[in-house]
Amino acid sequence: MAKTCFSLALTGSGGAGVMTAGQILLDAAARSGLYGLMVRSLGPQIRGGESAAILRIGTAPVSSLGDTCSVLVAVDWGNIERFADEIPLDENSLVIADPDQGEVPPVIVAKSPKIAFVPLKALADTVPGGRVNMIALGLAAALAGFDEAVVAEAIQASLGRKSQEVVDISLQTLRAGMGAATAVRSEAPEIADLACGCSAPAPDNGKHRRWLLSGNAATGLGILRGGVRYCAAYPITPATEVLEWLAGALPKVGGALVQAEDELASINMVVGGSFAGIPSMTATSGPGLSLMVETLGLAVAAEIPLVVCNVMRGGPSTGIPTKSEQSDLNIALFGLHGDAPHVVTAATDIRDCLFTGQWSVQLAEAMQTPVIMLTDQAMGQAQAVIEPLEASPQKTERLVPSENTPNYQRYAVTNSGVSPMAIPGMKGCAYTADGLEHSPLGRPSTQARDHQDQLDKRARKIEAHDYGDAWADIDGEGEIALLTFGSLTGVAREAAETLRARGVPVRVIALRLLMPLRTEDLKRALQGVRRVLVIEQNHSRQFLAYLKSTFDFEAEVVSCARPGPVPIRPQEIVTAATSRDMGDTK
Amino acid sequence: MNTEFDPKNYRSDLKPVWCPGCGDYSVIAAIARALANLKIRQENVAFISGIGCSSRIAAYASTYGFHGIHGRALPLASGVKVARPDLTVLAAGGDGDGFSIGGNHFLHACRRNVDMTYIVMDNSVYGMTKGQASPTSEADWCGSKLTPEGPSIPPIQPLEVALAAQASYVSRAFTGDLAELTRQIEEAISHKGFSLVHVLSPCVTYRPEQRGYKDRVHQEWTPTSNRAEAFQRLLEDDGFATGTLFVDPRPPYTPMTAAPASMAEIEADFAI
Repeated sequence: MAKTCFSLALTGSGGAGVMTAGQILLDAAARSGLYGLMVRSLGPQIRGGESAAILRIGTAPVSSLGDTCSVLVAVDWGNIERFADEIPLDENSLVIADPDQGEVPPVIVAKSPKIAFVPLKALADTVPGGRVNMIALGLAAALAGFDEAVVAEAIQASLGRKSQEVVDISLQTLRAGMGAATAVRSEAPEIADLACGCSAPAPDNGKHRRWLLSGNAATGLGILRGGVRYCAAYPITPATEVLEWLAGALPKVGGALVQAEDELASINMVVGGSFAGIPSMTATSGPGLSLMVETLGLAVAAEIPLVVCNVMRGGPSTGIPTKSEQSDLNIALFGLHGDAPHVVTAATDIRDCLFTGQWSVQLAEAMQTPVIMLTDQAMGQAQAVIEPLEASPQKTERLVPSENTPNYQRYAVTNSGVSPMAIPGMKGCAYTADGLEHSPLGRPSTQARDHQDQLDKRARKIEAHDYGDAWADIDGEGEIALLTFGSLTGVAREAAETLRARGVPVRVIALRLLMPLRTEDLKRALQGVRRVLVIEQNHSRQFLAYLKSTFDFEAEVVSCARPGPVPIRPQEIVTAATSRDMGDTK
Repeated sequence: MNTEFDPKNYRSDLKPVWCPGCGDYSVIAAIARALANLKIRQENVAFISGIGCSSRIAAYASTYGFHGIHGRALPLASGVKVARPDLTVLAAGGDGDGFSIGGNHFLHACRRNVDMTYIVMDNSVYGMTKGQASPTSEADWCGSKLTPEGPSIPPIQPLEVALAAQASYVSRAFTGDLAELTRQIEEAISHKGFSLVHVLSPCVTYRPEQRGYKDRVHQEWTPTSNRAEAFQRLLEDDGFATGTLFVDPRPPYTPMTAAPASMAEIEADFAI
């Protein structure tokens, strides 16, 4: 019986090219009519470090790596122990190893996989200039049942910009790799046949072609669709690709990107750009967000719309820059001093970065507020084959006054809490934006009345906004609810499928709007639920603490939390949903 | 006379928090005159400041303004100008705001050469927090309870730093000479690129001895575009020479441009 999905990992020392091989494999999957997800696991080295491309390919869109890895192709064993935990091998897995790279390390043997030896490097050497990553690609592609011509197309698309010679050598090496698959298949026939049911090429009528993109690129496109035309950038892992993508795209639509000297500068440049009337954003990760919070408070007080996309990584401090965690939730929610209502959103998967990016800009502009959009390394730096998502038809709009408005008050106390924001250049409405508390006119004020009024209006505009149905993605029914956010959404959905298959009805609630928490909507979503599993990837259960402090649960609440960098697996959620708290303390 | 470009129209009706006799009054007066003389309409000016006594200045102009946070006027102003090149952008603040907490931004604003004017009102003291040593205070200035024996570190040399960091316009003025101050601000606004106007602006409350500045300043410099000569002048400077020190005609910063593309064309890059 053909499989519906499989997981496969390619590992090797940095420079071995396993990321390129993984990327081409994912591309070939898309060209074969399949979907897929590829997560990059990298060491901290600039060059020469270990790396792993971990893929899951299937007949339906993939947003979780699943519980096990069927096949590991190890080009070499450099530093394998550093990320062996991230590749879930067991006795049903097959490891393809090069006998010339020495003994299979104990950390792999301990998991009892079947092991097939293929002289990967020696095979590559049979082709002049041939590289071992193309042997690994050929093996993997053959086991997956991909057509050679389709993989060749993907190679052309990936390497064509180098030179035709590189492509030709790669194709020759690919064929040598594909040829080696026969022997592997005969050694472990039950594992090594990875071919998925649907391998008809995707319909190519020019309109319904699938997309292959990273979460960070998807965020960039979503933000661009939202109307952002100015970005100030300071590089930081794992957010840099959002900025790099925008650096290429913004000038094409008349926008601008500037590289700043630090995050203090980038966020203030963003405030300046938005004050000047241009929807503006930046992207960063934990340490950068820490530097930005004072200015985010300024944007709250001065009512400046802007978006900061924070791609979470392991913290605190420098932490684990290349690996995923959801531990910046607290700083996103509570990092600002004073009473500083703002908005925090979270994309639920790579495809959703398109929607949430666009929506975050809409929210920022509509409410004249900073929006922190959370994604994480597991989403941002992963690539997926997705169905294209059209831009939301909702317009991005900022409320502005008419020119020469008599007695214009920038911070007028309105019912909605939103006040018309004049843009430099507009006649008769000049004002000074201020981080000092101010009167409706914008004049600095220490008076109790002004402070109360302005605090009230800034809170009111966030609370009173109509967020519609986008506040969460909800699917399923049942007395058990899986409540989560971010890249764990896909994992929770897969766990839900497993539970449903066992006859346990379950609903999945993935919050897209973390702050303000839509308590009434959440209450409705949890109606009839007996047990809520709160799923998050951090040590101190930040999400659980936030929910409990803001929402009265009627159901039993169980935590499923673990820090990074090893992703939470669907099976852990299944176990937690059907037994007790998985953690060490309640 | 055309009343539209009357300096009075460039002043807001907000009463300054400054002490009587503060040098900063001259700076707002000079800015109003310069903008009027240059016939730049109020709504086309964005005036950005940080935190400190002098940073209150943005609200005392009738232009668009932003009184932001401590030390970050320059990046905020850079953001305004890059996003909206049509606006005339001024940034202003004190020596603590610009050279201490905002020191890194000062370096990079000089390098970046965004077309805007930065006016620093230097009184060698933190006035708003009641008189602490600033980055331009003398090493042996003992007037602060925070550093009763003096800061014991040499003062920063803002003009040397600006030159080293590739600023394209550098001048120094004294608040006691309103005509020269106005002239420099006009010249700086007209300069295409980042312009620094360093203003000796006495603090009569915490540095009353600065009332004596008027006897020490001397109009000295005429513009040069020779960096070596400009550095030489600074090495010989007693801190009270005024005039336009240095002008470099290098082009101002512009962000990267590209051939226009539709969103559909941009999205097509993702299609397999």
